[in-house]
Amino acid sequence: MYIRATGNISPQKTFGHQPLVDAVAYTGNRLACIEPDYKDFIDPKQIRRMSRIIRMGVAAAMECLQEAEVKVPDAIITGTAYGCLEDTNSFLSKLVEFNEELLTPTSFIQSTHNTIGAQIGLLLHCNHYNNAFVHRGFSFESALLDGMMLLKENDAANVLVGAIDEITNTSHTILNRLGLYKQGPVSNLDIYKTKTKGTIAGEGATFFLLANEPAATDYAKLDGLHTFYKPEGINDIEKQIAAFVERHAVSMNDIDLIITGKNGDAGEDKVYEQLGQTIFKAKEMLNYKHLCGEYPTAAAFAMWLAAVTIKSGRVPAALNYAGSADKKINRILIYNHYQGIHHSLSLLSAC
Amino acid sequence: MLNNNAPVFIAGTGIISAIGNNVAECLDALENGRAGMGQMRYLHSAHGNRLPVAEVKLGDEELAQLAGLPKIKSRTALLSLVAAKEALATAGIENIKDLRTGFISATSVGGMDKTENFFTEFLSDNSKGKLRDVINHECGSVTELVADALHIKDYITTISTACSSSANAIFLGARLIRNNIVDVVVAGGTDSMTRFTLNGFNTLMIVDEQFCQPFDQNRRGLNLGEGAGYVVLVSDKVAATLKNKPTIILSGYCNANDAYHQTASSPDGIGSYLAMSGALQKAGLKPEDIDYINLHGTGTQNNDIAEGTAIKRLFDPHYPKMSSTKTFTGHTLAASGGIEAVFAVLALQHGIIFPNLRLETPMVDLPFVPERALVKNVEVKHVLSNSFGFGGNCSSLIFSKI
Repeated sequence: MYIRATGNISPQKTFGHQPLVDAVAYTGNRLACIEPDYKDFIDPKQIRRMSRIIRMGVAAAMECLQEAEVKVPDAIITGTAYGCLEDTNSFLSKLVEFNEELLTPTSFIQSTHNTIGAQIGLLLHCNHYNNAFVHRGFSFESALLDGMMLLKENDAANVLVGAIDEITNTSHTILNRLGLYKQGPVSNLDIYKTKTKGTIAGEGATFFLLANEPAATDYAKLDGLHTFYKPEGINDIEKQIAAFVERHAVSMNDIDLIITGKNGDAGEDKVYEQLGQTIFKAKEMLNYKHLCGEYPTAAAFAMWLAAVTIKSGRVPAALNYAGSADKKINRILIYNHYQGIHHSLSLLSAC
Repeated sequence: MLNNNAPVFIAGTGIISAIGNNVAECLDALENGRAGMGQMRYLHSAHGNRLPVAEVKLGDEELAQLAGLPKIKSRTALLSLVAAKEALATAGIENIKDLRTGFISATSVGGMDKTENFFTEFLSDNSKGKLRDVINHECGSVTELVADALHIKDYITTISTACSSSANAIFLGARLIRNNIVDVVVAGGTDSMTRFTLNGFNTLMIVDEQFCQPFDQNRRGLNLGEGAGYVVLVSDKVAATLKNKPTIILSGYCNANDAYHQTASSPDGIGSYLAMSGALQKAGLKPEDIDYINLHGTGTQNNDIAEGTAIKRLFDPHYPKMSSTKTFTGHTLAASGGIEAVFAVLALQHGIIFPNLRLETPMVDLPFVPERALVKNVEVKHVLSNSFGFGGNCSSLIFSKI
């Protein structure tokens, strides 16, 4: 199956399909999305009613569909770990504050986890399959697998698959208290050097249009996806990776680049470093979470990065990639884990 | 490799709801017309005296004991584990360790019941509030508590499409088997009663202050319920190894979108129509083959006329028997598709049709009337189960006896 189009709103200048030349630098442990002018994608009357995460999700989806020149996809599938936090927080806060009185329905209605997929369906008048996955660090991968199965089952010729997660002041405060993020001043461009505990918070809205049939404008082929939960140790992880690569009839030598989910947390990054000594030894490895921050659906950003890299054959300049500069990149393996619990592998290749 | 036509069997079932803590208790209540609504006992809400609810009749402590989990965990997880354990036990798969097993759970509230406690303190001072109350807030976190307790790890995910969530979880499970990703799937959903959802539905003014009357001309709204319901789906290969050879398959399924409004159904119920007709097509069945429709039947003005209109368009003049079992369990939101899937299996196994309780005046705009009383000793071969949710999310499942 083929990645026909993408739409990506992130803390970098990823929206609008311009080459990613410079990395935007941030200080502090929270990276916020650079939001586009929504008027170009959504009716201003509708924008006002939408909360931030819904706007981001809908705009990224619309940009993706426009690029694909698809008006109504055969399926809309979203993944979000946290859902619409701003609306949830708003309804819950008022509920507590006013002791269950004087509440209005808007934020409750929009707090439902399938709101973004539903809004996209509503705007497109799309009566087709619509599903929403909400499984922590597997939310995006679950949505992707559902879409891939629909294509295989011939129940869809194209599917719109996306991941959306936001940080709000409340969620940042709580996750900070849970010890997820680095303390003290930190630049996103230096997170891999710090060797301390914690990462930096990120967010994003990233959509893909996957199609059964190839087209001249495709980004890449999506050759495979595999997830595994709570592996028993590094040996188990190595086994899972080796089996995945073998299942897709390629060898490590055929892989030009590995995108890993390093996030700057000394403990969580150990896995990638260990693999660099064993099955990823002598392989070119690329990190991406200094650009988008860490969040449960960050692997969608990695897939976007892999797709744009394969389309042009080059890693975008913003990543300062110093690997074999003159070699065209044809095949990328993405290996990401979220908090050591949710591990995923995806394989993309040139069309 | 994908086998799009491979049969997917129902090998086990589990429920906990307002009408019983297991399948046998629920069946007894269904056969004897005992509804589970009553005055609020376990949830602490300002609306406690005004709004009847269909609570599971166990406090968190008793539930925790039944589940074998600490009571500080979300009630959503406790309910889920009780029902999922029963489903696995009844499936009786002896060599489950050698099989690839999945857990697909649906929920709309996740750990919200505990988050509500956390927020009360957190809002006054955001360095306050017990973190253990918010750590399992995420829907997926509740699923993992249960998956870990069941030792399932080959494929785990969570679906949240409001009130159709469980139906979507169940047919995703069947597709995972057909795609040869797993051999066994425990699929269904769970939702506990929370102030968040109770108040949410209350602001929409669709909660009935009396016991709900779905498909009645004078219906006033829904009663919220809580619970969990799961089925164990197995491939034909696994089914062949079981002592009690399963006889019921998930023959059809479809999800479609109403694309009309975030919370209201379209007047013609286009999403419901497409879901039901899509499920029939998948099963290779005609409308007249269906013996019983377990209605979504929430009791709101909007749902029942939209669902009824879609049924009229698809089934006229061959109306099967119909009923809304939400007249017993209340609307258990993301759990409803799982609970009602188990009811569909019971209808097939026992040749019975459950009553649509408290139906007084049939809807004037519909040419059919749901069953008012229990129907026994009937041939039930194919049951259609409807689940429709916010965001226009409409799903229909068909269970068949082979």
